[in-house]
Amino acid sequence: MSRAPAIHPLAPEARLLGARDVATLTGCLALVVVPHALRAPWWLTLLTLCLYGWRLYLTLYRAPLPSRWLILGISAVALVAMWIQFGTLFGRQPGIVLLMLLSGLKLLESRTQRDGAVTAFLAYFLIITNLLYGQAIGTAALMGVALFAITATLIGFSAPARAPRANLRTAGVLLAQAAPAALVLFLLFPRVQGPLWGLPQDAYAGMTGLSETMSPGNLSDLAQSDAIAFRAEFEGDPPVNALRYWRGPVMWDFDGRTWSMRAEFQTTTRPPESDGTSYRYSVVLEPHNRTWLFALETAASVPERARMTFDGEILAGQPVRARLRYDMKSVINPAPRLTEPRGALARALRLPPGFNPRAVELAAGWHKASASDAEILARGLEFMRNGQFSYTLEPPLLGTDTVDEFLFKTKAGFCEHFASAFAFLMRAAGVPARVVTGYQGGELNPVDRIVTVRQSDAHAWTEVFLGGRGWVRVDPTAAAMPRRIESGLARAVADTGALPLLMRSRFEWLRGARYQWEALVHKWNVWVLGYNPERQRDLLLFVGMRDADWRTLTAALFTILGVLTLLLLAWSLKRFARPDPVQRAWRAFCAKLAARGVERAPHEGPRDYAARAARALPASRRPILRIGALYLGLRYGPQPSSARVARLRRMVRELRVA
Amino acid sequence: MIGGLIARHPRLANRIWGFTPPERGTVVLVHRRVYIVPTRLGWLFAGTLGILLVGSINYALALGFALTFVLAGVGLVGMVHTARNLARAAVSAGRAEPVFAGETAQFRLYLDGRAAFDRPSILARHLGSGAQLVVDVPAGALAEIVLAVPAPRRGWLPLGRVMLETRFPLGLFRAWSYVEPDARCLVYPRPERAALPPDSGESASGARRSPTPGNDDFSGLRGYQRSDSPRHVAWKAVARSGDMLTKQFTGEAAAELWLDWRLLPAGLDVEQRLSRLAGWALAAERGGLQYGLRLPGVEIEPARGDAHRAACLQALALFEVK
Repeated sequence: MSRAPAIHPLAPEARLLGARDVATLTGCLALVVVPHALRAPWWLTLLTLCLYGWRLYLTLYRAPLPSRWLILGISAVALVAMWIQFGTLFGRQPGIVLLMLLSGLKLLESRTQRDGAVTAFLAYFLIITNLLYGQAIGTAALMGVALFAITATLIGFSAPARAPRANLRTAGVLLAQAAPAALVLFLLFPRVQGPLWGLPQDAYAGMTGLSETMSPGNLSDLAQSDAIAFRAEFEGDPPVNALRYWRGPVMWDFDGRTWSMRAEFQTTTRPPESDGTSYRYSVVLEPHNRTWLFALETAASVPERARMTFDGEILAGQPVRARLRYDMKSVINPAPRLTEPRGALARALRLPPGFNPRAVELAAGWHKASASDAEILARGLEFMRNGQFSYTLEPPLLGTDTVDEFLFKTKAGFCEHFASAFAFLMRAAGVPARVVTGYQGGELNPVDRIVTVRQSDAHAWTEVFLGGRGWVRVDPTAAAMPRRIESGLARAVADTGALPLLMRSRFEWLRGARYQWEALVHKWNVWVLGYNPERQRDLLLFVGMRDADWRTLTAALFTILGVLTLLLLAWSLKRFARPDPVQRAWRAFCAKLAARGVERAPHEGPRDYAARAARALPASRRPILRIGALYLGLRYGPQPSSARVARLRRMVRELRVA
Repeated sequence: MIGGLIARHPRLANRIWGFTPPERGTVVLVHRRVYIVPTRLGWLFAGTLGILLVGSINYALALGFALTFVLAGVGLVGMVHTARNLARAAVSAGRAEPVFAGETAQFRLYLDGRAAFDRPSILARHLGSGAQLVVDVPAGALAEIVLAVPAPRRGWLPLGRVMLETRFPLGLFRAWSYVEPDARCLVYPRPERAALPPDSGESASGARRSPTPGNDDFSGLRGYQRSDSPRHVAWKAVARSGDMLTKQFTGEAAAELWLDWRLLPAGLDVEQRLSRLAGWALAAERGGLQYGLRLPGVEIEPARGDAHRAACLQALALFEVK
């Protein structure tokens, strides 16, 4: 029936990119590529930016695009260079860098609006891959700006003749109207716990935190990071700083340099009975790619899907790779656990032979002179207190006999030196001892009363086993440096470059602003980034949907989206120009007469129509003619007065045609 | 198959399209008449969203979900906006000037936005011929669409079905609507370039002069009459005096010619005859002659001027047209 023309003027394949389209598209790509460019190898960043610049140049000077072969050649060279740089083309970082390069190549070969749209879609992938590196508020803001720019660019494709300002406004309207639908989808879309398949090896690179081992220097490295380890929100007031020991991995084995935890001790146990002061709080743990969870000493509960080992570690089922929230209860003075598994105490006495002869000699002296383990402990603490040790984030390097060198030579170290040396001394004196790593203190935000624990709060202490008292926490750092535990790292260490900027006391004024910001960030983490299947379940429970499965959710989702679309349709109808009151009155008049069989012919003017109607309906002759005359005067006469408009409307309303 | 079914059952087609062609007066494209489907780009967008969603689930990216869902929302809102760009606009047909067969008829349509917002990038396509045009309708105004439709045969040329389509704002959806306004164009027979008939004795006065040079024999000015060709208006004199004056040529008053169906050679068929008569009418008008037209059942008294010419050509165009 119809002959389709060869070219469809609205088809993106047929529409060439204009100079404005290329410019905005390049702007969008530049916006989304900035965070990637800071991480990529410099030459690839440069190459990508050159490709963008080249495309802009070609547009400005109306030069033809490079041939396909040239583009293929550039791709091949870049791929080889990437292979040399990374050794592979797979994995997260190479993949993302490849995507970045691809955006430049695609932009360079973009001729039509279809190519342009595909490039814009590539930009979406550049945005989402950036989220793998962090989802802070700033990232979200950048994402919002980029979304706005890309939307405006796509609108620009559809309406090339329209003023850019109008297109920007339309983009704003689209995004604003999309917000409710996006919110509903975000809240109600059935969430599944990822991952769906194995992730690349390097997917969780760069997560910081404590590790399975402790050797001189690695905690002090960690403590130079301002990164947040976790946040804790207490019901009621949190305990004072000196009591805030956040327990993490427990180290049993020492090889002369490194303490490490052992898997065979990780049998499950129940949390201790408690009768002392208890605290209830929830922890939002940053991902650290390890299984352990942190809790205030001593944990009296175990979160869902986690277990407690007999030495008091709390382990999640799988490595924490997304921000995790769990509720905890802890007690300050738990009932002591007096029995230990067989072999545990023997292991807590084991020392590598041949190391640290001076320390062994010192401890042997304590052993001889003391009547009980408690006395040995007292001697040990006394030694730490009077040893003239200094506390530093930049400890001197140690040789083979780490404990001897620290105790008798350098006398300067970070908490891992103190803990390691003290545990060694105790074992050498015959008292079972182990090293515990974790965090100490944390900063209480006065704005939202949340305790923020950073990597700079990383700490190590020891536990010794005393007959009749069980395992007792002993913090040799506190003995040597009481200020460290009472008021935190910043007071204990002199202001040096090694201390994170925000922990230095000179920047008090910064703190107020920082507390506000961190309160906001915490809310963001909990409510936006922490929205997971459990939170979704809580929300649904809150609105009264118990046991909602994905079918119920999908149905609810589609219902709400349908309602939203209808509302939007209503909005789109509302903004049509309504006829003015005179015209409305005239239409009502025509409709009334038509109901009596006098329909206005399309060609009939008001005067003729009124005259004909008056003839056909003689009973209403006078009002019909007056309405006709009034309408004519209002429509075609000078300056209609509102009184006459009102009269016309009243007359039409009161017209009763017999 | 469906196309064939619709073609055989016009009333079914009317039910499907929601209107009965042709439509008189102003046609409002109500929502029921606006169809919308995703474009290929729209499907590509949906695929992109699918990948973004899977990525967000796999890496547990909360902001990835946000990105995906905002884009999904934008797609949904874009659909409503695309429909809105066409819905409730009004189409009315303007006058189409008569053309000769073989030329293209210029159909004028007026697309009235009837809205406080603008409606960019609306494609109007004449389905029969593929003639098409993209227009932008400004806020509170209307846009003129001129469709150049080939007119191969004499008679009335109805405009037929016109499709209006838009993909604004995102190009992810295509909304379209059909209208068939009651517009038609008169198509004159294709004029045959032929010498005027020899003085056949039928001419009333017999004092006809050769028409070709007669154009130049200026004899004076007289008052303008409505039927005078604008070509003969003495524009210079008008500019001087302000009165409309028409140039008179010596040949005009005297010559009178009958263009008669019966005088044509017997070997010509109907269309050839009409073509020749049309060519004669044009030549006679150019020559400034008084000419009349005689067709079986039709007789137009000799006269001259644009109105007369149009009357003669219309008679030729509609000869034996039902």
